[in-house]
Amino acid sequence: MSGVTELFSEYGDEMLWACVMTIGLTVLSAIGALVIGTIVAIARVSPVPFLEKLGTLYVNIVRNTPLTLIVAFCALGFLNTMGLNPFAGWKNSQIWMPNFFWGVVALSVYHASFVAEALRSGVNTVPLGQAEAARAIGLDFRHSLSEVILPQAFRGAIAPLGNTLIALTKNTTVVATIGVAEASYVMKDMIEQHADLIMLIFAIMALFFVILTLPVGLLFTRWSQKLAVQR
Amino acid sequence: MSVQAVLFDAPGPKGRARNRVLSIVSAVVIVLALVGFVWGMSSQLVAEKWAPFAQPETWTQYIVPGLMGTLQAAGISVLLAGVLGIVLGAARLSHNAVIRVPASIFIEFFRAVPVLMMMLFSYYVYLYAGLFSGFMLTLAGVVTGLTFYNACVIAELIRSGVHSLPKGQREAGLAIGLTQGQTLSTILLPQAITAMLPSLVSQLVVVLKDSALGYMISYAELLRAGQTLASVQGNLIVTFIVIGALFVIVNWLLTVVARWLEKRMAKRTSGRLDMDDLAALNE
Repeated sequence: MSGVTELFSEYGDEMLWACVMTIGLTVLSAIGALVIGTIVAIARVSPVPFLEKLGTLYVNIVRNTPLTLIVAFCALGFLNTMGLNPFAGWKNSQIWMPNFFWGVVALSVYHASFVAEALRSGVNTVPLGQAEAARAIGLDFRHSLSEVILPQAFRGAIAPLGNTLIALTKNTTVVATIGVAEASYVMKDMIEQHADLIMLIFAIMALFFVILTLPVGLLFTRWSQKLAVQR
Repeated sequence: MSVQAVLFDAPGPKGRARNRVLSIVSAVVIVLALVGFVWGMSSQLVAEKWAPFAQPETWTQYIVPGLMGTLQAAGISVLLAGVLGIVLGAARLSHNAVIRVPASIFIEFFRAVPVLMMMLFSYYVYLYAGLFSGFMLTLAGVVTGLTFYNACVIAELIRSGVHSLPKGQREAGLAIGLTQGQTLSTILLPQAITAMLPSLVSQLVVVLKDSALGYMISYAELLRAGQTLASVQGNLIVTFIVIGALFVIVNWLLTVVARWLEKRMAKRTSGRLDMDDLAALNE
């Protein structure tokens, strides 16, 4: 047990900071991915052929590109090569901020494709008969959409959206490749300093992710079961 | 396909005209945005930045070895993950709690641990233990990280594959006097694994993408090769675009193969597994 106290006394601040970074990356990227993903999903299910093709293209390209490449492209390409630093004029800007910003952008862009697929699969769970029935009882387009189809579609999308959020939480570690001091970055640091405690360090960090993702998984599963449409 | 049918009626003449206008307007907006983007980056996209890709050395010394590194890591990992995944999946389906519970804990734990973390951890374990060195050390780190996570995904695939089999399959096995274990290994698992084969190819896409994480432990894969090339030629943006395109092409080909296999295998098993199940497990 002395190893635990040793680690916490030496790395307490870094570990706390890593937690804050990981959760911060997750929350901000989740919001970004939800916004972009909803736009892409709307484009994909829209009656406008060009937008539908465009949405499909986005999903197919982004889903087949490694997240590591997107992250590296943002940090090495946009930030280092092009010098696109949104905090350039700030007095209080910290050295980690530009990398953090581009990390959030990369995570949002990447996971937006999964959000779009989740929303689309939600729409796909609604049987055709629901729309036909809505029209048959005299609802117009707007009302059949808002009263019948979309409420069911959102319920169908809850489970895949939860899976995407879990994946996003774990994928925040990829941002370590551009030097943001989140969980895996701090873990590497600790392992290099304390080779003898490697098992313990890994166990602590792995447990952190289990604790972070397990409740999300349970919550979304329960939520999706509770709201499931019985067919 | 049913999406369109559910969300809106087939457009009439007026609706078609409106959609056409919307198509053109959005196309113009997108083209303008793209032009602006390219113009903003024009200094990085000029012809001389592309020139290195006309030289054979660029391909023989950087891109092809990098691609080989990526494919090598992904290939080894998916084979190992397949074997370990079948063992774990069978263990989790076992009727003996002594086997089932540890397997379940193992699967749930390693599904929650980020691949990069597992990669870093195994890399340092091998390093400190002095098991491997040089290229083999990085390869072993990448393969271990990828294998553990994907074996758990495959184990879950097998479990849902067995659950998707008609109930009669198991009952028939028990009725002719096989034990639970024999039913599982001779009747249920072979069908579940056949149903799973196309998903295994799709899983290769995930493995291939995640192998780029080897960048972090300096494994000589495509992204690392690209970065080395870019630091020599000073054309990072162009190189990353080319590498991204290569990844998209390879992964798209794998997706096509997976779809083809899925159609072919559908006749050979009573199990059913669609690609959505796989997507749900991975995300």
